[in-house]
Formats: sequence, C-alpha cells, structure tokens
Amino acid sequence: MVTAIKKGNLHVVRLVVNGEEHAALVKSNTTLLDLLREEFDYTGTKKGCELGDCGACTVLMDGKTINSCLVLAVEANGHAFTTIEGLERNGKLDRLQEEFINQAAVQCGYCSPGMILSAKALLVRNPHPSEREVREAIGGNLCRCTGYVRIVKAILAAAEANS
Amino acid sequence: MIVPEFEYLSPQSVQEACALLIQYGANAKVLAGGSDLLVKMKDGLMKPAYLVSLKNLDSLKAIRYQKGAGVIIGARATHNEVMNNDILQAKYRSVCEAAHSMAADQIRNVGTIGGNLVNAVPSADLPPILIALDSQARIVGTSRERTIPLEDFFLGPGKTALESGEILAEIIIPDQSTTGSNYIKFGLRRAGALAVAGVASSITVSDGTCQDVRIVLGAVAPTPMRARQAEQVLRGKKISQELIDEAGRVAAVESKPINDIRGSIEYRRNLVNVLTKRSLKAAIEKGHV
Repeated sequence: MVTAIKKGNLHVVRLVVNGEEHAALVKSNTTLLDLLREEFDYTGTKKGCELGDCGACTVLMDGKTINSCLVLAVEANGHAFTTIEGLERNGKLDRLQEEFINQAAVQCGYCSPGMILSAKALLVRNPHPSEREVREAIGGNLCRCTGYVRIVKAILAAAEANS
Repeated sequence: MIVPEFEYLSPQSVQEACALLIQYGANAKVLAGGSDLLVKMKDGLMKPAYLVSLKNLDSLKAIRYQKGAGVIIGARATHNEVMNNDILQAKYRSVCEAAHSMAADQIRNVGTIGGNLVNAVPSADLPPILIALDSQARIVGTSRERTIPLEDFFLGPGKTALESGEILAEIIIPDQSTTGSNYIKFGLRRAGALAVAGVASSITVSDGTCQDVRIVLGAVAPTPMRARQAEQVLRGKKISQELIDEAGRVAAVESKPINDIRGSIEYRRNLVNVLTKRSLKAAIEKGHV
C-alpha cells in the first residue's frame, strides 16, 4: 500500500468509497468509521459498540468485511470501500435490500446495513450458501432485536434469486 | 469511544521498524491488524505514544512452502488468509480449521497470526495447534535474527520471548511424519467466543501404534501448555479407546486452569478431559494433518 502523506499532525488519505474517489485530512487516531460518517456523510454505516463486537459498522474493504471502528483512517489510504449506500445501482436496490424489505427482516434497523454487507460479501464468494453458511457469515453482526430468523430468510431468498 | 492520540509511524522495512521500536522503547507498540490493540487503546488499557505500523511490510504477508524448511507463514497473514490458503489446506488443514474457529469474518479479515501469537492471551486459538505441529518462530531484530520453538515463545499472559526492538516475522511449520492433527475448542457461543478451553493434538500412527504424539492445552494455564504426561500415556503404545480415555484424565489433572468469568477450575478440567479425548480421536481418525 501507499503510505498516506503527512501534513503536520495530519495525514492526507485518498480512498475510493462506493466507486467515488475521496480525499481527506485525518488525525492518526481517527477511525475509518468516523471518517465515513463525519467527513463523507455515509451515515448508513452505524456506530454500535465501537469495539469490534457488534458489526453495526461493517463495510467492505476491497470486497472483504471489516469493522470500520477498528481500522484507522490513515490505514484506509489506497483501499476501496463499499458502504450500504453503494449497493443501490441506478436507483435500483440490491436484491439483498429488496429481500430484507420483502421478508420484513428489519425491526429497529440498526444492524441492517452491516448485516446486508456481510451477506453481500458472502454471496459474492458463495452465490448459493446453505443456511448454516449464512448464519456463519453474519456471526459478527449482532441484531439487538434478535430478529435473526427473518434476516437469514431474506439472505437465503436473495441467494435463491441468483439461480 | 476515542482512540487516545499517538504518532503514526509507517516504516518501509522490517529493519526500520525494529529501529523505531528501539528508539521509542516502551512508548511504542506494533500495529498489525489492530483488532486487539485498538480495542485496548479505546478501553484505556494502553496509551502508546507511537504506533509502528507493519502495513507496508508485504514481505511479512506471504505464506509459502520452502523445501527443507516447511510451510512458512508471514506474521502479517490474516486469519482468513491462513484459513483459505491452498498450501495450508493441503498440508495442515487443522491450522485452517483453528483460524476458522476464531472471532467472525470482520475480525478474521484484519487480525493477523502474528498478533494472535504476540498478544500471548492464554485463550488464543492458534498457539495450541501450531505448537502441536512443532512450529518455530522466526524473530527479527536490528542486529540479529533468531528462530526459536514456538513452545518457548510464551512466557506468561501477555508476555513473550520478544526482546526490545524485535518483531515476530514468520511462523515455520516444519516437514514432519505426523499422520493426523486436530484443534478443538469449547466456547460459550459458536461465533465470536473466546475458548473456555482448547486442545490441540498431533499424532503419528503406524500399524495402530502411536509413534509420537503432542497434546497442547489452551486457556487452562498462563501459557499454552504441553500435556506431557498425557502424551506419555500414548507414546509407543497400541492405540485403544482405554488409552485415549486415560490420556484425557491425565491431561485434566496436569492442566492448571483458573476460575474466571468463563468457567471454573473444575469445569475447565472436565473440559480438558473431554476435549483431549475428542481431539485425539479426530487426529487419529480424520486422516489428515
């Protein structure tokens, strides 16, 4: 990776979010989560436990799930990210988003962005997962409403649509 | 939650990283995946003035096979890279399974094998299986390089054999005649749970006789520990269910668990008994290392 350029106490970071190039000046201790939410306004990425336990802040980094609360903004330099805002294409929701609506897999909605992105990463690497594989893929995402049954159904329904 | 302020350093070589660690001493910490360090910093348990990031050191990321040496895993390889690596899946599938048993996808994509070892947490999942497979740790400093048995790397909770200015560079799993190995853990949930107890074993069986065996216990002592007396029960003997049961009982007795929030001493001893039997059986029956 390319090291972020330093400007005094700040670092210049350049990253791609949802296909768009972004640049920002960040402090060493700024997390990617705060950069996404506060600087770039991608507030679909939720702030939950901030300790890597709940998965509400899940985004995709070069296609892989990460907890954005545990990645420093300065280390995000040069990488490409997908947030929940990036799944929609030309005004059309991703199949996963549609199935979360169809299956009413949303209660308070706080875990939904992270759940959907974990599911997205799963379906890209494994288009036809078993229920067990789905449950495992969302193992790092907590639903505080405990609405897992419908979430799993929605992901399986989206996978079904792949075939 | 805020990460306390620090100065971010991103050396371009291992030598430069070691020099920075010497320059800043106890004020500096190595940053690899950050999934443990940043949590500790947010919790206020650590307040390093400098973080020495290994992010640029791609030489520490490779997983390769070197004839005569064995499988060499760069310390910066993530748990998912270990889990999905073709060489490891073919040669030491049990290591992939142990990596898979950890945390969740988000953490496995950033957390590194080196971090899992250097943190020296008694419940860590990779040390038992790596020690069972007789792994070596290659340690690099500014003036010298050394390779030590991974078994000798752990000195206590959070304490390792790393000296000032040294970095864990690689883990080497040497070529061996082992016929089967296995790691099994018991956690309170399937996802994201630390081991209440974990047992790894590796065994060499020929004609139904145990030629050699290593049993390593996790989360039941200050460091990962060899269950040497349990190994002695099996070594050189014809394998039978009775002997496996006896090895489980002996391992439970020689383990040194503590009471904590995840389990009592008695409970953990019982787990060691059961998990040792299951791990040995799996190592004998599954037919791969």
